[in-house]
Amino acid sequence: MKIKNIIFYAILGILALLTLATLILIVGYLLINGLPHINMEFLTQDPKMMGKEGGIFTIIVGTIYVTLVAIIISTPIGIAAAVYYTEYAKEGIIVQIIRFFTEILAGIPSVIFGLFGFAFFVVFLGMGWSVISGGLTLAIMILPTLIRATEESLKTVPMSYREGSLSLGATKWQTIVKVIIPCCKNGILTGMILGIGRAIGETAAVMLTVGGALKLPTSLFDSTRTMSVHLYMLSSEGLSQEKTFATGALLIIIVLIINTTANFISSRLGGNNGN
Amino acid sequence: MKKYEKVIEKLILISAMIATISVALITVFIFQSGISVIADYGVINFIFGTEWSPGSGIYGIFPLIAGTLSVTLGSLIIGIPTGIACAIFLSEILPKKFSKYFKSAIELLAGIPSVVYGFFGLVVLVPAIRTYIVPIFQKFNPNVAPTGFSILAGAIILAIMILPTIVSISENAIAAVPIEYKEASLALGANKRETILKIIIPAAKSGIISSIILGMGRAIGETMAVLLITGNMAKVPSSILDPVATLTGTIAMEMSYAPPSHQKALFAVGIVLFVIIMLLNVIAQLSVKGLGGKRN
Repeated sequence: MKIKNIIFYAILGILALLTLATLILIVGYLLINGLPHINMEFLTQDPKMMGKEGGIFTIIVGTIYVTLVAIIISTPIGIAAAVYYTEYAKEGIIVQIIRFFTEILAGIPSVIFGLFGFAFFVVFLGMGWSVISGGLTLAIMILPTLIRATEESLKTVPMSYREGSLSLGATKWQTIVKVIIPCCKNGILTGMILGIGRAIGETAAVMLTVGGALKLPTSLFDSTRTMSVHLYMLSSEGLSQEKTFATGALLIIIVLIINTTANFISSRLGGNNGN
Repeated sequence: MKKYEKVIEKLILISAMIATISVALITVFIFQSGISVIADYGVINFIFGTEWSPGSGIYGIFPLIAGTLSVTLGSLIIGIPTGIACAIFLSEILPKKFSKYFKSAIELLAGIPSVVYGFFGLVVLVPAIRTYIVPIFQKFNPNVAPTGFSILAGAIILAIMILPTIVSISENAIAAVPIEYKEASLALGANKRETILKIIIPAAKSGIISSIILGMGRAIGETMAVLLITGNMAKVPSSILDPVATLTGTIAMEMSYAPPSHQKALFAVGIVLFVIIMLLNVIAQLSVKGLGGKRN
C-alpha cells in the first residue's frame, strides 16, 4: 500500500516537473541563443538579402501596422457585443445562438482564417495581399478574446451602479458609457492586450493575407511581413541562424511582456471585487 | 435623444452578430472556393485517394488525413496523461501558494506563438531525434527515415502545445468537485490516492473529457509548428519516424505558390479540416453544457 502511494505521487510529481522544465527549456534556450544578437542595429536597420543580413526594422513596423488595424477594428465591436450580452439581451434563443457561434469562431484554426481572408479580403474584395486584408482577418480572429474579457468584467459591475445611474435620470446609453464601461476599463484593457498578443503571434492567417514583402509599408494596401511570418520564412529557408534566433527571442520577449501585463491588470481587477 | 439611442441599440445588436456573421461568411467562402474540386473528384476519391500530387493534378488527401491523425494521436498519447497528472498535482497536491505560480507558468506556455514552438522543434527536437532516436530504430529496421523530421517530432511539440488547454480545463473541473465528496471518501478510510483515483477523477470526468476534445481540436488545427518539423511528405506513414504532411501544413505551405486549380484543391482540403474542427467544437460545447447541467 505504501509503495503504491509513493509510486503514484512520484509519477504525478515527475510529469508536473517535466511540464515546467519544458517551459523553462524552450524559453531559456531561445533567449540564451537569441539575446546576444539583438542590438540597435538589428532593431533599427532594414533587412538585406531577404533577411540574411541587416535588421528587422521594416518587419517591426509591418507587425505594428497589422496589429493596430486588427485591434482598432476589433475593440469597438467586441465591447459592443459584450454590452449587448450583459445590458440589452434577455437570455433567450437568440443570445444562445450568438454565444454558440462566438465559441465556434474561437475554435476555428488559424489556417482556415487565412484561407477565408485570402478568398474574401484579398480576392473577393480586391484588397490584395495587404496590411488591411491581414488586419481585418486578425480582427475577426481576436474578436472572441475581446468579447469574453469584456463580458467577464461587465458582469462584475454591481447592479446598484446601474440602478443608481438610472434613478438619477440618466438614460440607458448614458449609464453604459459613463458608469458601466469606466468600471470595466481593466477588463477591456486585458482583452485588448491578449488580442494584441494573439495578433502578434499569429502566422498562418497572416501569411496568406498580408504576403511577405520586406519593404516598408507606406499605405494600408501595401503588402508587408510580420515578425512571426519572418521567423517562419527564416527558419524554413535556413538563411541565417543568428537572425532567426534573434527574431525568435524578440518575439518571445514581446509575448511574455504582453501576457504578464495582461495578468497583472486582470489580477488588479480581481482585487477590486474582493476575490 | 430617444431616436439616437434607438440607432445605437441597433448598432450594438449588429456588433453582437458580427461573430455569427463571420462564421457564416467563413463557411460560405471556404465551401464556395473548394467544393467544385470535391464535386468533380467525388467525395470518396478525394478523401480516400492515396496520391497527392498537385503537379499532375491528382488530389487524393488520404495521406494528409493520415498525417494529421497520426500526429494528433501521438500528441494525445503524450499530452493526456501528462496534462491530467499536472492538473491533479496542481489542485490536490501542491500547496495553493505554489500552484498559483505554476498555473501562470502554464499560461505563459499557452501564450508562446506556434511558430516559435516550430522553430524550437526545428533546431532542438529534430536534430535530437536524428542523433539519439534514429540509431536505436536503425538497429531493428535499417530503412527507417533518418532525417528526424517525423511524426514523433510533431507529436512531441503538439503535446507541449495542447498541455495548457488540458491542464487548465481539467484543473477547473477537478477544483469544482464538491469538497464533501472528498471528505466522505477520506472519512470512510480511503487514503488520498484512492480518493483522487476513485472519487475525484470520476466526478470531474466530463470536464476532463472536454479538455481532451478541445486539446485535440487545437492539435488538428495547429499549422506552423507542424509545418516546420514533420517533413511535409504526402505519403501514408508506416513508422513514427516517417515524415508526414498534415492538412493544415499543406494548405499553408502550398497556398503561396499554387496556380488557381491547385488553390481550389487546397480550399477543398480546408473544407475537410473545417468540418472536422466544427464537429469537435460542437461535441466539446455540448459536453461542457452537460458538465454544467450535471453539477447543478
